[in-house]
Amino acid sequence: MAGLAAGTAALAAPRVLAQAPPHVAVVGGGFAGASASRALKRQGTDIRVTLVESKARYAACPFSNAVLAGLRDLDAQYFGYDGMKRDGIDVVAASATAIDAEARRLRLDDGSDLAFDRLILAPGIDLMLDAIPGYGASGAEVMPHAWQAGEQTALLRRQLEAMDDGGLVVIAAPANPFRCPPGPYERASLVAHYLKAHKPRSKLLILDAKDSFSKQRLFEEAWEELYPGLIEWVSLSFGGRVTEVDAATKTLTTEFGSHQAAVANVIPPQRAGAIAAAAGVADRTGWCPIDPVTFESRLRPGIHVIGDAAIAGAMPKSAFSANAQAKACAAAVATLLAGGQPAAPKLINTCYSLAAPDYGISIAGVYEPREGLLAEVAGAGGVSPLDAPADVRASEAVYAEAWFDTITGEVFG
Amino acid sequence: MATTRHRRLMRGGLALLAALWAASPHAAQRAPLPAPAGATACSGCHAPAGNGPVPGLAGRPAAEIAAAMAAFRSGERPATVMDRIAKGFSDEEARAIAEWIAAGP
Ligand SMILES: Cc1cc2nc3c(=O)[nH]c(=O)nc-3n(C[C@H](O)[C@H](O)[C@H](O)COP(=O)(O)OP(=O)(O)OC[C@H]3O[C@@H](n4cnc5c(N)ncnc54)[C@H](O)[C@@H]3O)c2cc1C
Repeated sequence: MAGLAAGTAALAAPRVLAQAPPHVAVVGGGFAGASASRALKRQGTDIRVTLVESKARYAACPFSNAVLAGLRDLDAQYFGYDGMKRDGIDVVAASATAIDAEARRLRLDDGSDLAFDRLILAPGIDLMLDAIPGYGASGAEVMPHAWQAGEQTALLRRQLEAMDDGGLVVIAAPANPFRCPPGPYERASLVAHYLKAHKPRSKLLILDAKDSFSKQRLFEEAWEELYPGLIEWVSLSFGGRVTEVDAATKTLTTEFGSHQAAVANVIPPQRAGAIAAAAGVADRTGWCPIDPVTFESRLRPGIHVIGDAAIAGAMPKSAFSANAQAKACAAAVATLLAGGQPAAPKLINTCYSLAAPDYGISIAGVYEPREGLLAEVAGAGGVSPLDAPADVRASEAVYAEAWFDTITGEVFG
Repeated sequence: MATTRHRRLMRGGLALLAALWAASPHAAQRAPLPAPAGATACSGCHAPAGNGPVPGLAGRPAAEIAAAMAAFRSGERPATVMDRIAKGFSDEEARAIAEWIAAGP
């Protein structure tokens, strides 16, 4: 009896002295979710963090356009989660299939359940493969999107390598909003760089569902200078929107006619990763409305959404934004868990694009909460100057690569 | 790699929050000190020890960082992108960020 009583007391004592630390679950280990997990651990407070990521390795999209052009190995795009485990983050290799915001529970595809105090949702994008008639999952095997890096990047690279000189490469670019607004045009530039060197009789056609695009004047200036006559951009008003494709013949149809491609890269419309809709945090646009101070969902309290999946106002869907949002969100979540009131953040984005390996251009912005959204701070930000000397372009190309090394080191290193 | 920020000094309005944390049953021995607005974004490009052409910020005095931000903002110091970013921060905000960075481990 005495022994049992002593044992019970010994068991009970620690519970009184130390409560379990709060638990934050993070879904998605991309630039947003991985950054948030680390930032939470580095808040300096005792928070238990579980990162749920379905893939064993992360394939980073930034610089994947350089892989397409043969300037970089695909291997250089892959990152693992060992660094996160070393930080004391519990990394769970599973897919989240359902979220109960009220019960604060997460269901995983291995059948298990996970309770959380707060959830950070960072699932990135879902590509709407069926939004373009004739495309779909099988179309993507023939006319790759390469908008989620990895196998798709390798496939598009192989197709470009196998293409005969004189072939037509078509890039179909989506309407706004979508992941990485300058991405299709960086891709056009670097593919043109490859074609000019290896298949100089080839042409590249951009069929666009928009009438303007990010860093447009800078890209057009670069194309004129570096690849005269090689790239043609067809805007929405001139019949650029692809309404249907035929995968068997690699034909892309627009309102004005059709184009037969030797290599076709179809970038379909996008929405927040599927789990966002399942959790009830996506609205009718397919993206997730959030509070700009805490990134907490406007639809389901207790769930915060960051990265590409979120409606971040004026902030573009970029890895840089995802990382900056993650750190601001982690600070807000830590403050909320401690019963405090998060302060309004300021966020920065800088997106570099390469028009050629030694020709970099950038767009930058500073953002703050205004009228319920993240708005640009007036007078700040903007794009690289037009008509800049070659050494400025060269240094921005160097900065671009340094950025990738630094951010992947911070997030995954 | 980013570094932990737990030894940061407390300042002004942050004291209340820090007190809240200290009172919290979850608080470890490390006090959390929230970064001023904008501060955590810097490490997206600036690795603590620097990375090739991008200077590191670790160990730099606050006055030096604040002066650099002011010079970028006025255009006195030429830049490719920091001029555009610095214009998004007031002197006061830049100083708070500089102090936070300088107080880093
Ligand atoms: C060609 C290209 C070039 C780009 N270049 C740049 C650039 O130069 N600079 C820049 O800043 N940005 C760039 N981007 C944009 C950048 O890649 C994205 O903005 C960024 O990846 C967004 O990060 P995220 O974490 O929100 O989403 P993601 O990176 O897509 O990560 C989401 C993660 O969540 C996981 N996940 C999803 N659902 C679940 C679930 N239910 N359960 C478990 N795990 C799940 C996924 O497996 C994935 O790992 C580029 C994009 C492309 C396509």
